Amino acid sequence: MSKTAEPKNAIEVTNLWKVFTSDARQIDFEDKQKLQELEDSDEDTVAVRDISFSVQKEEVFVVMGLSGSGKSTLIRCLLRLAEPSSGKININGWDVCNLDAEQLTEFRRKEAAMVFQHYGLLPHRNVLDNVAFGLKLQGIEKKERYERAMHWIERVGLTGFEHYYPAHLSGGMQQRVGIARALICNPPVLLMDEPFSGLDPLIRREMQDELVEIQDRVKTTIFFVTHDLDEGMRLGNRMAVMRKGRFVQVDTPDEILADPADEYVARFVQDKRTQIEKANKKKTTTSA
Amino acid sequence: MFPERWEYHVAEPINDLINWMLHTFQGLFDGISSTILTLLLFLNEVLTALPWWLYIVIVCVLAWVTTKSIITTIVLMTLPLVIGMFGLWELAVVTLSVILTAVIVSIVIGIPVGVLMAESNFIAGIVRPLLDLMQTMPSFVYLIPALMFFGLGRVPAVLATIIYSLPPVIRLTNLGLRQVSDDVQEAATSYGATRWQLLKEVRVPLAIPSILAGVNQTTMMALAMVVIASMIGGGGLGYEVLRSINRIDVGAGFEAGISVVILAVIIDRLTQGLAKRWEPPTV
Repeated sequence: MSKTAEPKNAIEVTNLWKVFTSDARQIDFEDKQKLQELEDSDEDTVAVRDISFSVQKEEVFVVMGLSGSGKSTLIRCLLRLAEPSSGKININGWDVCNLDAEQLTEFRRKEAAMVFQHYGLLPHRNVLDNVAFGLKLQGIEKKERYERAMHWIERVGLTGFEHYYPAHLSGGMQQRVGIARALICNPPVLLMDEPFSGLDPLIRREMQDELVEIQDRVKTTIFFVTHDLDEGMRLGNRMAVMRKGRFVQVDTPDEILADPADEYVARFVQDKRTQIEKANKKKTTTSA
Repeated sequence: MFPERWEYHVAEPINDLINWMLHTFQGLFDGISSTILTLLLFLNEVLTALPWWLYIVIVCVLAWVTTKSIITTIVLMTLPLVIGMFGLWELAVVTLSVILTAVIVSIVIGIPVGVLMAESNFIAGIVRPLLDLMQTMPSFVYLIPALMFFGLGRVPAVLATIIYSLPPVIRLTNLGLRQVSDDVQEAATSYGATRWQLLKEVRVPLAIPSILAGVNQTTMMALAMVVIASMIGGGGLGYEVLRSINRIDVGAGFEAGISVVILAVIIDRLTQGLAKRWEPPTV
């Protein structure tokens, strides 16, 4: 059995590598010289380099990085939507990298659910069936499926839209469907890949608030990927800054703001700091 | 001139091969033959039993349901009357049953093959040249072996029609499945869809418009074969055209030809309308 005793952390990743190679050859990640060749090669892309981290239960862990930093690949590795090249992933006691096809299906159904940037809704199914999709895959009866789906449709504020098709909904509403579809399975781990990036600033803000509220109630572990510093700071208990496939700094948002680990992170948080300074200055001048 | 001693003929071995197949697979050919014949006779019986006005009613209802356009409906329901006026109704029904048989067999074979092609690049690599061959080989070439294997009559006519009309439904099934967006497939996979569930819940439903376009094309190709198929006993409107050619009777040929076109137009519009109804809603 690949599921071991309940661990303390919800997600534990050790020495994870993901390399997109032009051919499917085996790579020895201990061999430093080979690794260097890999880095210099034009045909191969190293998306995730030797990443290790752990996420506690009920924690909101944010990975922030610009496009091309490998953050989307990283989140896909956790569900093996992208096959990790090397390393260990442990999610709630499941040794993710060593699951066979059947176990992998069970793991995806039970242990984690994902929300996608481009929603990934089924265009030929209405909201109700989209929300109930995960339950359908598990073979749960129609009646129970729809009851639970209606409950979640109400929770995300889409009552009255059950029979609409995704194409007839706004982006924000589509993502609400995406969130309901994920949460209906009661996943111990919720993976979110830039879920609010395609939305208007106001809607984005609203959805972030709602996510915080939902998190307070369902108490699930959230692994959240974003390219938006503000979003990361608002949502994350801890935050990792990712660059070129590496975690440059992992800390609380406040620590990262106060004490950036290197110049890259410093440049990243620069705007935010100036903003805060300006606001403070204004406050002092007006009060004086 | 091309040097004579370099000549090498494959005609003789091919003839031998056909003869060998004829003896060895006699039972198989008889089986195929009787299956197709049963289906054909059944369809022919049903279609002949229907009164002429019922066809008009069916066309009318289907046209209205699929297109929701009054003009299209009226035009489509008047067209069959023209065939009746020419006195070609019975022949048109025979043609319809031959085509329907060919299309049903094509769908039964074509959709699963298309799905297999989409699931495996290896199978796709094998099937694709076969499809090219089926579409480019002049139909007269396989009329002869079809005759030898199945004798003269409607069965070889149906088989020749199938060979010619099968490729589009296979190709468009394959294409439709491969065109399903990666985002949707990835999301379904992430929720623990097995390969079969992915196919059944996501890929096939989303490929249906493309598959139906393939069925439509297959039907059109089948209609295009009716004249040629009548040479080996397909009967129906095609035979009427053939007879007119032999007698240099332009007028009769025109009447029969127009009737084939009318059949094509009606079937095309109805199946296209059906395909549109299956498209997932867009903005």
